[in-house]
Amino acid sequence: MLHHLSQHLATARLPSSGRAIIENVSRRSFLRGTVSGVGLTLALQFVPFKSAGAFETYPTGGLDMPHGIVTDPNVFVSIAPDGTVTIVAHRSEMGTGARTSLPMVIADELEADWSKVKIVQAPGDEPKYGNQDTDGSRSMRHHIQACRQMGASVRQMLRQAAAKEWGVDVAEVKAINHEVMHEGSGKKAGYGDLATAAMALPVPKFEELSFKPEGEFRYIGKGNVSIYDLHDITTGKAVYGADVHVPGMKFAVIARPPVVGGKVKSVDDSAAKAVAGVEQIVQLEGANLGSKFAPLGGVAVIGKNTYAAIAGRDALKIEWDDGAHAVYNTEKYNQEMSATAKQPGKVVRNLGDPDGAFASAAKVVSAEYHQAHMAHVSMEPPAALAHVNGDKVEVWAPVQSPFGTREDVAKMMNVPIENVTVHVTLLGGGFGRKSKCDFVLEAAALSKQVGAPVLVQWTREDDIQHGYYHTTSTEHIEAALDASNKVVGWRHRSVAPSIMTTFAPDDGQQAGFELGMGLVDMPFEIANVRCENGKAMAHARIGWFRSVSNIPRAFAVQSFVAELAQELGKDQKDFLLELIGTDRVIDKQAAGLPDDYWNYGEPYDQYPIDTARLRGVVELAAKEAGWGKELPKGEGMGIAVHRSFVTYVASVVRVQVGDDGTVRVPEVHTAVDCGFAANPERIRSQMEGAAVMGMTLAMLSGITFDQGQVQQSNFNDYDMVRADNFPVNVMVHIVPHPFEVHASGVGEPGVPPFAPALYNAIFNATGKRIRSMPLGEQLKA
Amino acid sequence: MISLRVNGEDRQFDGDPNMPLLWYLRDEVQLTGSKFGCGVGLCGACTVHIGGEAIRSCTTVMADVADKEVTTIEGLSPSGDHPVQVAWRELNVPQCGFCQAGQIMQAAGLLNQKKSPSDAEIYEAMAGNICRCGCYQRIVAAVRQAATGA
Ligand code: FES
Ligand code: FES
Repeated sequence: MLHHLSQHLATARLPSSGRAIIENVSRRSFLRGTVSGVGLTLALQFVPFKSAGAFETYPTGGLDMPHGIVTDPNVFVSIAPDGTVTIVAHRSEMGTGARTSLPMVIADELEADWSKVKIVQAPGDEPKYGNQDTDGSRSMRHHIQACRQMGASVRQMLRQAAAKEWGVDVAEVKAINHEVMHEGSGKKAGYGDLATAAMALPVPKFEELSFKPEGEFRYIGKGNVSIYDLHDITTGKAVYGADVHVPGMKFAVIARPPVVGGKVKSVDDSAAKAVAGVEQIVQLEGANLGSKFAPLGGVAVIGKNTYAAIAGRDALKIEWDDGAHAVYNTEKYNQEMSATAKQPGKVVRNLGDPDGAFASAAKVVSAEYHQAHMAHVSMEPPAALAHVNGDKVEVWAPVQSPFGTREDVAKMMNVPIENVTVHVTLLGGGFGRKSKCDFVLEAAALSKQVGAPVLVQWTREDDIQHGYYHTTSTEHIEAALDASNKVVGWRHRSVAPSIMTTFAPDDGQQAGFELGMGLVDMPFEIANVRCENGKAMAHARIGWFRSVSNIPRAFAVQSFVAELAQELGKDQKDFLLELIGTDRVIDKQAAGLPDDYWNYGEPYDQYPIDTARLRGVVELAAKEAGWGKELPKGEGMGIAVHRSFVTYVASVVRVQVGDDGTVRVPEVHTAVDCGFAANPERIRSQMEGAAVMGMTLAMLSGITFDQGQVQQSNFNDYDMVRADNFPVNVMVHIVPHPFEVHASGVGEPGVPPFAPALYNAIFNATGKRIRSMPLGEQLKA
Repeated sequence: MISLRVNGEDRQFDGDPNMPLLWYLRDEVQLTGSKFGCGVGLCGACTVHIGGEAIRSCTTVMADVADKEVTTIEGLSPSGDHPVQVAWRELNVPQCGFCQAGQIMQAAGLLNQKKSPSDAEIYEAMAGNICRCGCYQRIVAAVRQAATGA
């Protein structure tokens, strides 16, 4: 029952919520009731508001998130007498620029001078700030309206305060660039002078606000604002998880069970205790799969610095009881997945009569694609500092879900949530890993046992061997062609262990949100479609990884399109456009999408699948890349497109393949349609970065298991794309839109199309088709 | 007892001479700008200068830095305006920023040795510094810009 409920909820909401899908069932259901009923205080309503200055509200999935969206400017904005405007960043900064971009939107509507804006990071406090889960590419998508509203509110309050003081009509008072003025009298006042009076005024209703016309934006849509932390980052002052020092703190590293669910059988810590600087050795309770973010357990070494703790851990002699997951062997598991993918699975989308279409097909083309597990490997390995003091807990941590972390810490420590403070540092990368607060829970548990503040530092080996892995998958696709070579049937079977197994008992099936990422939402104009899900049981912790199931799906579908094009003697791009078909907004029912189709948590009517936008990015990327031009021998161009997180991205990748199989990528053209582009500069940096990560995933990333243990350990065997071979010139082309085309997200959608575009390019350069990701040595054979 | 200079300040260290410089800097001196990314010399996040040359502080032990002049990102330029830092800001290089202290120290070390490196030399010099966020395009452009002052 619980599981059923959770699946239902998962299909109704965003997947990448690091927050418990299971434990918050009641909270979320309740919240949902209130949203459609009386509405959240000050939250944007489903009934659109219109206000002067061309801003009509629209509903987003943000209303359905725990604690929804807060639009009270008193919570987010304060103005000091010297005019300094302080804006709260309530989302975590992990490299996307959210910490800068949302305050930038507030500042623009507020007509604040950016050089007088200060940003402070919110602690984990959703009742106050609204939802803080920084994942699912939704910071801008969910909060841009609220940010505009809060900025416009404060601007109005400043004007009202001035009008009152000067005894003039507020309509005659303007607020421009940190100054309020009355034209008739020539009176002027700075924001600082008016702040106290202004902020004491009631917050205007939405309908009373006037918003800036888009033509008057200073920062929104301009790309002229650098990230807030730029100076600190370039001078070494920026503070990440392991950079906080408090008096009396200790440093810990943990020897965790090599196999998930394993336990300590015996420990000999005599040598470890003898290491200089080692102060204490502590055993930690561990948990098996299905325990959400509960730590893995093991043996912790507490030292007076990190070096002592690491050296102490090296000296531990531990015998482990591996438990049931010691059976996990990648080679064997791949064979099982492949066998499963050849059998019918649970039908998750059906359109028309696929059986008939295949039975009467003139030709059937099929292919199977495999993708290995992957590890997040953010440059900053997990690290957190916790201080348990009596029944109070204070935490400093690089977490994507600060309030979820606070809830989990309170629960584990059995203290009221008011007693827990979670300070959010900068995140040295997140990619979904830092939505899981196991490392914070470890620090809190150890601080309690040790009676001092404890910093838990994960080493790179810990990070690679004890992660929440990107799922591994087998995607089997078949197409039925009629006598005229038209694709009349499509069958896609997906087999992959599910993220749900991190939260609940494993039933082998994927959840609705996983199926919604490129499987059931396949957008091609084909009359008969069946999507199926075959069972796969998890033997490792599976977790959200940037772009999630879109990675294997885009890889499989977009590679298969190119294979079909080859079969039919057609151009990859032309055939892709042919399959996309006529420009249309896909009708969910008519297309046979499941009733509970999960649209990244967004209302479908607001963010439907629009094939004209899909076509648009394909054509834009192709045009910019000079698709079809002659290339030297050994070079090729490949294309792929994918809609994820309600954003459309097409990539054209050009490769040079050397005689020795070396792959180089001199040029990439990425076309992105993310609705209204609030911060084009960070959109570009996300797309450039997605090409680099895409290349790493496509070429290098494979986590493998034997006897339940991860076989890789550090950058020697789990390497990244580096400065001596990276996508040299990534050109980003943003489809321009006015504000009314809802801003979507850009943190994740750039990644999925890269690998298939690269593989399609490799095919065009060499004639070799890649069906297993990563590439590894496949071209060197 | 090991004597060294860190960012122009004299310091004494009487702990384990095998302690990596990185942990001394981070945990003892509380200069946390240098980052731990791998601990084995494979990522460059911990890069600092010894006598102006870029080295990995995670694989350099305290015994190796006796009587040496260590410069960290915090000490690269008192005003934070080293040409490499300026170029980094002008081109908006960082994303999460975690690798960037190491990247900047590596780039500054390269320019100490070679005033105007070729692209091939930049690629080679920067290849030991991983950026998981994928800022390489801008990193390379910023090194070029810092070199030419353009
Ligand atoms: S931490 Fe020193 S090279 Fe990675
Ligand atoms: S900026 Fe994030 S690792 Fe380089």
